[in-house]
Amino acid sequence: MNKTDVLIIGAGPTGLFCAHQLGIIGLSCEIVDNLDKAGGQCIELYPDKPIYDIPAVPECTGEELTNNLLQQIKPFNVKFHLNERVEELKKVENRWHVKTSGKQEFDVASIVIAGGVGSFEPRKFPLKECEKFEGSSLFYSIKDKTVFKDKTITIFGGGDSALDWAIELSNTSKVNLIHRRDGFSGAESSVQKVKELEDQGKLNLYTKYQIDSVLGDKNINIVKIKHDEGEVKEFKTDYVLGFFGLIMQLGPILDWGLNINKKTVEVNTENFETNVDGIFAIGDICSYPGKLKLILSGFHEGALAARGCFKYAKPNEKLRFEFTTTSKAAQERLGVKK
Amino acid sequence: MAKITYNTHDNKTHTIEVQNGLTVMEGAVQNDIPGIDADCGGGMACATCHVYVNDEWLDKLPTKEDGEEDMLDMAFEPKQNSRLSCQLTVSDELDGLVVNIPSKQA
Repeated sequence: MNKTDVLIIGAGPTGLFCAHQLGIIGLSCEIVDNLDKAGGQCIELYPDKPIYDIPAVPECTGEELTNNLLQQIKPFNVKFHLNERVEELKKVENRWHVKTSGKQEFDVASIVIAGGVGSFEPRKFPLKECEKFEGSSLFYSIKDKTVFKDKTITIFGGGDSALDWAIELSNTSKVNLIHRRDGFSGAESSVQKVKELEDQGKLNLYTKYQIDSVLGDKNINIVKIKHDEGEVKEFKTDYVLGFFGLIMQLGPILDWGLNINKKTVEVNTENFETNVDGIFAIGDICSYPGKLKLILSGFHEGALAARGCFKYAKPNEKLRFEFTTTSKAAQERLGVKK
Repeated sequence: MAKITYNTHDNKTHTIEVQNGLTVMEGAVQNDIPGIDADCGGGMACATCHVYVNDEWLDKLPTKEDGEEDMLDMAFEPKQNSRLSCQLTVSDELDGLVVNIPSKQA
């Protein structure tokens, strides 16, 4: 059991800055995120795209913003739990117990949901029958590539993941790469490599085809693909891989008894607490009259939510408002050397 | 102003007057038309405002920017007449546009 004052769900800019604000007022926190790195949408959707509306930062990329925030919270040694999605929530006396997908457990005084538009999950094939093969002969990500050795692998997608895995696996497996059009969104060098491999007969490339059906008993043994013009091809395959990027889904938070409206969580604007005492929501995931989905709004919401958490973490203490420029306590927490 | 018709997957037809300058996506979201998620808020970064455009309109729409086709690769069941509705800005020329909303966005 991880015991801390506050659990922050989501390591995007809003969650990271909230950790800073908690640290400044002397509360501890840990952060859970379903992605494998901090940064949220900034890293996953637009790491290289410039952002122009962070106050006092005329221009920065999603990656730079994330790195700066990580730098800013360094003094607080915040513990991150990545690749973990929150699942269960239980009230135990005055505390909350939270369990994650990776069976991590947390005992916290309050929770700040900074979950953006939801946790990032792989996009799946549109076919219902794909579900039954998921995890055995159909995958949306690769954990152990050795299982594919000497097998036939059929890969769908046209982005970097699809191209990179097609290239990598063509060394040890028979690879079919299928994409819905002639153009690819992945790196040009990878597209060239794939075409070379095709010319050398080391990989089969089918464009303007999409998945039509998968057949098999326990495991997939046949995949059918359909051309734009309607022609259907089928071939034997041991594995099917789909790389269609990530989609954001609210997931188990939907079942936590929060007031949810259009995929957002309703909060008050005094401290961004939800209808459930001790659970706060900040950033893109929260809604209130006048809500703007800007990073700067998320920072403001995080600062107020952090102070809202104080009474749950330290019910017998009073929080004094202080500036970091003059507060000795805050500077000690920041590790400022004089 | 343009009248935009959204056919939703439950076989309902919603015809809405959408102001010039808004996108077809915004017209749907602001009028609570179901089936357009627009998770990224119009940034061409998520493919959850995917629509199928009626064929007679395909050539009359602004051409796709580079990133749109890349994003459509990620959409649920993309077809030849797929567009991202966040990339279709409403103008008088779009009066009468008909778009069909897919059964799912993901």
